[in-house]
Amino acid sequence: MEFFRRKSVQTFTGKLLTLVVLTGGAIVILIPFAWMLSTSLKPAEDVWLLPPQWIPKELHWENFVNALTIMPFLRYTINTLIITTACIIGTLLSASLVAYGFARLRFPGRDILFFLLLATMMIPGQVTLIPTFILFKYLGWVDSFLPLTVPAFLGGGAFAVFMLRQFFMSIPMELDEAATIDGCSPLGIYWRIFLPLSKPALGTLAIFVFMGCWNDFLGPLIYINSMDKWTITLGLNAFMSQTGGIEWNLMMAASLVFLIPCLVIFFLAQRAFIQGIVVSGVKG
Amino acid sequence: MASRMAKKEALMGFLTISPWLAGFLLFTIGPIIASMFISFTNWDLVTHPRWVGLDNYVHLIRDDPLFWQSLKVTLYFAILSLPLGLIASLAVAILMNQNVKGIFWFRTIYYLPAVMPAVAAAILWRWIFNNDFGILNVLLRFLGLQGLHWLTDPRWVVPAFVIMGLWSVGGGMLIYLAGLQGIPTQLYEAADLDGAGSWKKFLNVTLPMMSPVILYNLIMGIIGSFQAGFTTSYIMTSGGPNNASMFYVLYLYINAFERFKMGYASAQAWLLFLIVLLITFLVFKKSQAWVYYEGSGRAR
Repeated sequence: MEFFRRKSVQTFTGKLLTLVVLTGGAIVILIPFAWMLSTSLKPAEDVWLLPPQWIPKELHWENFVNALTIMPFLRYTINTLIITTACIIGTLLSASLVAYGFARLRFPGRDILFFLLLATMMIPGQVTLIPTFILFKYLGWVDSFLPLTVPAFLGGGAFAVFMLRQFFMSIPMELDEAATIDGCSPLGIYWRIFLPLSKPALGTLAIFVFMGCWNDFLGPLIYINSMDKWTITLGLNAFMSQTGGIEWNLMMAASLVFLIPCLVIFFLAQRAFIQGIVVSGVKG
Repeated sequence: MASRMAKKEALMGFLTISPWLAGFLLFTIGPIIASMFISFTNWDLVTHPRWVGLDNYVHLIRDDPLFWQSLKVTLYFAILSLPLGLIASLAVAILMNQNVKGIFWFRTIYYLPAVMPAVAAAILWRWIFNNDFGILNVLLRFLGLQGLHWLTDPRWVVPAFVIMGLWSVGGGMLIYLAGLQGIPTQLYEAADLDGAGSWKKFLNVTLPMMSPVILYNLIMGIIGSFQAGFTTSYIMTSGGPNNASMFYVLYLYINAFERFKMGYASAQAWLLFLIVLLITFLVFKKSQAWVYYEGSGRAR
């Protein structure tokens, strides 16, 4: 009896300590976000107050309008959305088809090719960056969205194929066999059985592709020159260097607007999000 | 009949993987071979490439102090951020695994910075690190300490990037959390019966059971940190002050896309690949001494 009581006291203080440490950490993590929001709502001159005000005297919501109209951010948003949408469609279609082939169809050299696919995940992107740039330059595709979107339609990267293939492997063989007996072709099985059954995995992949495209900076920086084809990341970078780090309230407002879609998707699809990270992390 | 079916299936198989196969040839294998050739040439994309043999490599290693500086910056960043990030994310994961209330909210908050786009994070942190008005120095002065010139002092710019990286340990934490939840509870119950305290349980159950996940995170971290720093250093410091934040990848980008030295930059990319390969190989070899794989007994 004594033993149990001592243990429960111990776990109670342990839990309290855990809670205190976790809360402290959470506050530290949230401070930058709070600072961002606070700065974005201040009038320009109040940014330079010491000690800083956490809660602005008046809330200047027009900062958001100003930040987004100083530069053609609407144009940049449309461009980013076009690229992102194309990447998501391309990756979901092509990666799932390729993954189906690797998971279910037998053909000579399949295992070697799949091993090659995995091996490419180890090669740093910098090695292929320069020749790929030269290739697109010779194709005349530089300063268009093609270099940023066409690769998505060609498998969408090793990770996408790998992730979907692992998911497809968990679909019971009996489903394919039953469909084959009913006269369904392999492509029919892919389209009518695998795709509908894989909605969660496809959703998770779509989120990853969205995040990758929406946040991509190096790709647009290398391939896009004309200002009317800029993405939001290029716009933010130019905004930053033009105002030279002075109009912090507008900078914070613009960054916040850019961040919001990511936050919304994260909150809406948190389960899929976290599941995806975990699956890709502990693949073994 | 059966062989005709097999042939048809094989044809279908090649058909389904053909998009990837095309991408693999055009964007992976082709560029890898091309990159190797380009690294042996001088090529500015205007005139024809000129074969120079190993000159680019020799020049990088023997005559380019900035190459060594970029390697030093990257290594320094990796040596600081890898162990700190590993310990912090494992510690947070262990705390979150304690069955406390509100775990959902903690998990959400800790993961939040990992959702932040790199460009937005770089802009935000440039403001946080501001010498006079940034919140970090305001806090330091509030605690009676002296503010630091985070982004303008060569001694502090890499630690500043490390701090910024630690802010988003939530991504790594999730993988540890999943690993922790996979440890069978019987192991802890057995340790309880043997009278083991929390620390003993951590050392003798948690750590060995987590070692494969730690190894995985460590290797991904090494690969990641060698390619790290482009967006942040480009936006926050442009490699300055005095090249103190000239990350390897930033210097490669400058050579390739600002100075159009395609051969030179390709040689840089290959050296990067070789360095990462070598370090990963060494870590793997050493890992046999400390990684425990269930079902294979102690690997030692």
